[in-house]
Amino acid sequence: MTDMLAPSVPAKPARRRWSLPWYVTASLFWVGLMLITAVFADLLMPHSFTALDLKYRLVAPFQSLAHPLGTDELGRDVLSRLIVSIRISLLIAFGATLISAVLGTTLGFLAAHFRGIVEQIVLVLADFQAAMPFLILALSVLAFFGNSLPLLVGLMGLYGWERYARIARGLAIAASAQGYATAVSQLGAKPGRVYLRHILPNIASTLIVSMTLVFPEVILLESGLSFLGLGVQPPMTSLGNMVGYGREYITRAPWIMLTPSVVIVLTTLAISLLGDWLRDRLDPTIR
Amino acid sequence: MSAPLLSLNEVTRTYTSRKGLFGTPVAVQAVAGVSLEVRPGETLGIVGESGSGKSTMGRMALGLEAPDSGSVRFDGAAMPDPGSESWRSLRKRAQMVFQDPLGALDRRLPVADQIGEPLEIHGIGDKAARAAAIARSLEMTGLSADHGRRFPHELSGGQRQRVIIARALITDPELLVCDEPVSALDVSIQAQVVNLLIDLQAERGLAMIFISHDLRVVRQISQRVAVMYLGHIVEEGTAEEVLRDPQHPYTRALVSAAPVPGARQRQRVILTGEPPNPAARPSGCAFHPRCPLATDRCRAEMPVLTRLAPGRRAACHLIQHTPAGMAAK
Repeated sequence: MTDMLAPSVPAKPARRRWSLPWYVTASLFWVGLMLITAVFADLLMPHSFTALDLKYRLVAPFQSLAHPLGTDELGRDVLSRLIVSIRISLLIAFGATLISAVLGTTLGFLAAHFRGIVEQIVLVLADFQAAMPFLILALSVLAFFGNSLPLLVGLMGLYGWERYARIARGLAIAASAQGYATAVSQLGAKPGRVYLRHILPNIASTLIVSMTLVFPEVILLESGLSFLGLGVQPPMTSLGNMVGYGREYITRAPWIMLTPSVVIVLTTLAISLLGDWLRDRLDPTIR
Repeated sequence: MSAPLLSLNEVTRTYTSRKGLFGTPVAVQAVAGVSLEVRPGETLGIVGESGSGKSTMGRMALGLEAPDSGSVRFDGAAMPDPGSESWRSLRKRAQMVFQDPLGALDRRLPVADQIGEPLEIHGIGDKAARAAAIARSLEMTGLSADHGRRFPHELSGGQRQRVIIARALITDPELLVCDEPVSALDVSIQAQVVNLLIDLQAERGLAMIFISHDLRVVRQISQRVAVMYLGHIVEEGTAEEVLRDPQHPYTRALVSAAPVPGARQRQRVILTGEPPNPAARPSGCAFHPRCPLATDRCRAEMPVLTRLAPGRRAACHLIQHTPAGMAAK
C-alpha cells in the first residue's frame, strides 16, 4: 500500500546528471577505446600491419608475447592489423554517417520549407534510394569508378540519407503546424534561424537516434563490400576486409576472422545502446 | 480623432478545401469584404463563433497572410508581402499573442532566451542591454527571474501566456493582436491575464485587436467591438453601446447568452438551427436560417453594413436607419 502511495508524493529528486546505467558506461568505455585506438593507431601498433613474419604463420592468440592476438596465414600480426582496421572502418563509418545525416536533413528541410515541386523531387529521390538495393548501387559505382578511400566514404554517405530526409521533413512540417516555428517566424526570424536554432535542436534527438541506427549498418555494409573484395583493397585493411580474407582459414585459424567480427559486434552494439540512451536524455520533458 | 494605425479595406480571404479523396475543391470564404480601423492606443474586440473568420482577420491584420483582395495599411503604408525584408522588420512593430502558449514556445529553450529572441532577430542592443530588457519584460508581466530560467513545460498555463506577452512586448510594438489569448486558461487565470493586458495597454498606449468568442472578456478589455458572422462584420460600435443596446439579431442572441452580474435575467434569445458553415453559405443574409425575425427579403438580399450613428454600424434589413428607429427597436 505504501508502495502505491509513494509516487503520488510530489517527489522531485535533484537532477542527477551523471548517474549512468551500467550498460551506457560500458558502451561509452568501448566507443572511447575504439576512438583512441583509431586516433593513436600508429603509436599502438606493435608491428607494421603489413610486416610478414613467415616463421610465425598462423600462431594462435596468447601463444607468443610478440603476437598477443596471433598471426595470420602470412605471419602478419593480427593485433596490428586489427588496430589499423578499426581506424579505417571508423573513418568510413563516421564520415559516411555524417555525410548522409547532413545531406538527408538538408534535403528534408528544403522539402518542408518550399513544399510543392521541391518536396516532390526530394520524395521521389528518397523513394528511389529506398527502392534501390544499396549493395547493387555500390557494386556498380565501385566497378566503374575504381576504388579509393574518399570515393568509398562518399558512396557510403549516400547510404541512409533518405531516412534522415523523411524524418527531417516530417518533423519540420509538424513543428510548423505545432506553432513554435510559426511563432518564431512571426517574430521576424529568417528561415535559417527557424530551422537551425529551433527546429533542428527539437528534432535532433530523433536524428541522433537515427544516426546511431545507420552507423552500425554502415560498418556492416563496409564489411560486406570489403568481404566481397570491393571495399578497402589490400594491402590496406579494414574490419570487413579482415573477415573476408580470414574466412578461408576459419577452421584452422578462426582468430583471424573472429577478432574483427567481435570488434564489429561490440562497436555496433555499443553505439545502438548509446543512441537509445541519448534519445531519452535529449528530451528535456522527461528529464 | 487621430489617424488609424491599422486599416483594413474590403479585405477578402478565400481558402479552398477538398472533401474526400476525389472530392472537388470547395472555395471557403473565411473573410468577405471586411473593413476595419484601429487607432493608436485603442482596443478593438472581435467577437464571433468558430468559423466566423475572426482568426483569419487577425492574421491579415498582422500581415501574416495577404488578403486575396482589398488592402491592409499599417501606419499609413501598405502591408508588405509576407516573408519580404520589410515585412520582417515590421514584425517588431506588430506582434501576436496566441491561444496555445505551450505550442508557441520552443520546449527546448529556457523561456528567458525566448523572450529575448525578438531582440536578437532584429539586432537590437548588445548582450547586456538584452539581458536588462528581458529582466524588465519578465518583471512587467509579473514573472520572476527564476521563472525565466525554467522551460515552458515547467510553467503553468497562465505563466506561459505571460511569457508570450513578455516576448510580444519586448520590442515595444505599436500593435498587438491577441487571438483567443485566454480561452485555454482557467477563469481565475483569465482575469489575471486580461488585467495584465489592460494595464500594459494603458501604460504603453498599445493598439490592440482582441479576438475572442467570450463576450464578457471582450467587454472588459475593449473600447470598440466588431461582431463577425461567417466572414462578415454584422455589427460594430463602442463596447458599451453594442453590449447595452445590440441592434443585430445575432448580437442580441450573443449578448443575451452572456449573463451580466447584478442585472436581472432578461429574456434569453436562444439560437436554433445549424451552426454556421463557411463552406455552405446561406443565400441573402448569412444569418437568416437562425434568425427569429427573418423575412423574405433576408433570404434573398444580402444586407450591407450601414452607419447608424458615428462609429456605429450594423448589417441588417430590419434596422431603421434613423436614430429614432434605433430607439424604437
